[in-house]
Amino acid sequence: MPNAQPPIIRASRLSKQFGNHAVVRDISFDLAAGETLVLLGPSGCGKTTLLKMLNRLIEPDGGTVEINGENVRTQRPETLRRGIGYVIQQVGLLPHYTVAENVAVVPRLLGHAPAAIAARTTALLTRLHLPPARYAGQYPHQLSGGQQQRVGLARALAADPPIILLDEPFGALDPLTRASIRREFRELEELRSKTVVLVTHDVTEAFELADRIMLLDAGQIQQLGTPRELLFQPANAFVRDFFAAERLALQLRTLTLGDIFSADELAKLGIRSVKPDIGLLMPSIKSKTPEIIDNKLVDNTHKPGTNKALLVVKDSTPDINKHTPGIGHLMPDIENTKLGIENVKPGIKETKSGITGKMPDVAGEHPVFTTNTTVHDALETLTGSAPGPTTVGFTLPQLMAAFGAALQREETAWKR
Amino acid sequence: METLTALFTFWHEQAGKLAEQTLQHIGLTAASLLLASLLGVPLGLFLSRRPRWAPAVLGLAGVLQTVPSIALLGFLIPLLGIGPKPAIFALFLYSLLPIIRNTLAGIQGVPPAVVEAARGLGLTDGQVLRRVELPLALPVLMAGIRTATVINVGVATLAAYVAAGGLGEFIFGGIALNNPAMILAGALPAAGLALAFDAALGGVQKLSTRRLAQVGTGLLVVLPLLGALYLLPRATGKLQAGFSPEFVGRADGLPSLTKVYGLTRLPSVVLAPALVYEAARHADVDVIDGYSTDGRIRAYGLRVLHDDRRVFPPYYAVPVVRPALLLDHPELAPVLAQLNGQISDSAMTNLNYRADYLHQDPKAIAEAFLRRRGLWRAPRPAVAGAPVVRLGSKIFAEQYILAELYAALIRGNTNLAVQTKTGLGGTTICFEALRDGAIDLYPEYTGTGLLVLLQPTPAVVDSLGGRPAAVLNYVRAEFRRRYNLEWLAPLGFNNTYALLMRQQQAQQLGIASVSELGQYLQQ
Repeated sequence: MPNAQPPIIRASRLSKQFGNHAVVRDISFDLAAGETLVLLGPSGCGKTTLLKMLNRLIEPDGGTVEINGENVRTQRPETLRRGIGYVIQQVGLLPHYTVAENVAVVPRLLGHAPAAIAARTTALLTRLHLPPARYAGQYPHQLSGGQQQRVGLARALAADPPIILLDEPFGALDPLTRASIRREFRELEELRSKTVVLVTHDVTEAFELADRIMLLDAGQIQQLGTPRELLFQPANAFVRDFFAAERLALQLRTLTLGDIFSADELAKLGIRSVKPDIGLLMPSIKSKTPEIIDNKLVDNTHKPGTNKALLVVKDSTPDINKHTPGIGHLMPDIENTKLGIENVKPGIKETKSGITGKMPDVAGEHPVFTTNTTVHDALETLTGSAPGPTTVGFTLPQLMAAFGAALQREETAWKR
Repeated sequence: METLTALFTFWHEQAGKLAEQTLQHIGLTAASLLLASLLGVPLGLFLSRRPRWAPAVLGLAGVLQTVPSIALLGFLIPLLGIGPKPAIFALFLYSLLPIIRNTLAGIQGVPPAVVEAARGLGLTDGQVLRRVELPLALPVLMAGIRTATVINVGVATLAAYVAAGGLGEFIFGGIALNNPAMILAGALPAAGLALAFDAALGGVQKLSTRRLAQVGTGLLVVLPLLGALYLLPRATGKLQAGFSPEFVGRADGLPSLTKVYGLTRLPSVVLAPALVYEAARHADVDVIDGYSTDGRIRAYGLRVLHDDRRVFPPYYAVPVVRPALLLDHPELAPVLAQLNGQISDSAMTNLNYRADYLHQDPKAIAEAFLRRRGLWRAPRPAVAGAPVVRLGSKIFAEQYILAELYAALIRGNTNLAVQTKTGLGGTTICFEALRDGAIDLYPEYTGTGLLVLLQPTPAVVDSLGGRPAAVLNYVRAEFRRRYNLEWLAPLGFNNTYALLMRQQQAQQLGIASVSELGQYLQQ
């Protein structure tokens, strides 16, 4: 990614062996401020080891890590870690601390003023849909898995570190909770300016969150690039095969209307042109109008059983799509209706934030197609399973034809 | 019901002693727990950091745990003497294993994710230990302390054997005297203490982690205070006595001695019979009870205080047998009779000296003696299926030697097989074993038969007047009548109770008899 600023994280020739087994082999990368890098790969590919070398939970056998141009070895590990947010799959909340105390751990270590800590904790908990009045004094075992991970996020963000490391943060959650938390995570204002390194083995998650993806296998980088590069210009057979199962779903979510229609067609169809947001490679996600996330609003607008509610479930559960690539989008009615009814109800009963995650993108208002709208979203609108403009200038066959043509173009471009 | 009445009477009479012993008991338990926690918790933490050491350390602590408590105290006496030191040290060793193991298990039970997250947030190793691992390990750690406490309350009763006091004094006195009320007088409060401590610590364990940390700190303050109970001033006098439990309780022991000689100003501790001589030798105590033929009198330079008012009844050694044995094997009577009147007081003291001080084998001592007297016959070859004569003995050297003497005679002069069941504990155990037919013969003392087993009215005892022949005749007749057991002829020596002092000190103070001891104490 072109960027004039110096890298905030620079890893050079990192390697690590456990016994005779080389876990990480000669890995180098730069990360710009504000960028989100996803470390992706099968189990045992070395992605977690790589992540832990960044905050010195694991010391590399060879190579260096520089943060803001300074070798991390020159700092005490504790000092280094207090400046880097860290979230793990099992959350690891201190069971004998309340939610508020857990969030306050790092600010306290840093000696922040108690009043400032309290204010920060309250703000973060509110933003993460854990109303402090109710949750601040609770203990971790009183929370659901999703709530615990929210506290884990709040804890990592509490001291406002410029870098956040996340190790499979959503891995232990059930698919619904995972999707909703992931969505909140994406939309969290706090995270937009931060440099994020996230480890996952979930392809959909990687595509949803990444600016760049580092695909690892056997401790080596297979490819480092934008999601689109990995999808359409795979560096080797491993990369191509890795995405094979979800290829169509990923393509639908990666290509935008701006990609598949020519400039003329766009003008003719009245699709609003939006400047491609440099660095935000999932425009449909990152360039969206920030959501209004407020529990009252949610309660007022959300009517269980309505069409809207069903759509929301669909929208926020990409994992379900994963199992039925393609077909799921074309025949959404049966499947999604069923899912909607089953899944929304518990959401209402259990957690308010669960519902929030299933909110329509803009409550009470239909979004307008732009050049950044993904084919996937447009498809959902045309098939009536997602809200969209009331009048659309193209039909489903036209959309699919343009999509097919675009895929062909990418294919030939790569072959050349 | 009778026992219960006796129990309450006992408590009533001995209320002061009971309170003192209870406090001592708590003190012993608390002091040893404190030491064990101070060493065990850091050791457990160390092992959690260096798990490679865990099997070795836990194994060692486990071995210590398996050493029988009496044996452990025995090992510690030469190192630490008698009194509270070996008792507290032994209890400390017993508490180590549960405390180390539970500390380690507690730390290892902390979810790795929590520790990883804490480290990832930037807590130092010390902070992870203090703020995360220790608080989370506390419930398991406290369970270890709870286990150790309950073990210690139980084992602390044995402290009475090394003159460290505690509720064991009543228990062992009661066992030695076959006095159930006295046993219960110590055992019930001990059990009560164990239950109370267990319940209290069980309650503590249920507290939240945060409260638990406070309580844990509080415990570190309370334990030394409880331990200090032990140091409460005790009665002191010019001389300190150390008596075996049996002597303290039995009618012809300390009670009648105190009455006749007025030994009221003689503060005493109770300790194991095997230890009284050592205690006197090392000047831990000044006056002890003993047996007039004990070999250690000679070995340790002790003096027998002359029983000038004849408080101790005659204790002539006589083999007691089941009559069936002699009827079934008529050849046995003349063989057993070979020892009649053969062993004088000095001869017996000499034999005992060889055993107690020269550590010769009782069997070898017996053979040497028989050879000197011309009674030795080489054992006849064993006959398969030959009837077995079972010889019993109490748990001290003289009885071992007597048992070996009879065994050698029977083996050399008859075709019968011999089985020795030595070390049967106190009088009561031997006597019951003989009555039940578990043994056929054991050497008993006339005075013991009279006062411990028959327990006649004081009028009867007075009528016998301490005359050896009268006592033997009375005992023989009564045993025949009541138990159908036969007392044979005396072996010759009179192993009576005796008060002993160190030769040097007795000489210095000019004490040669018990009367003079009484006078000295009254001054």
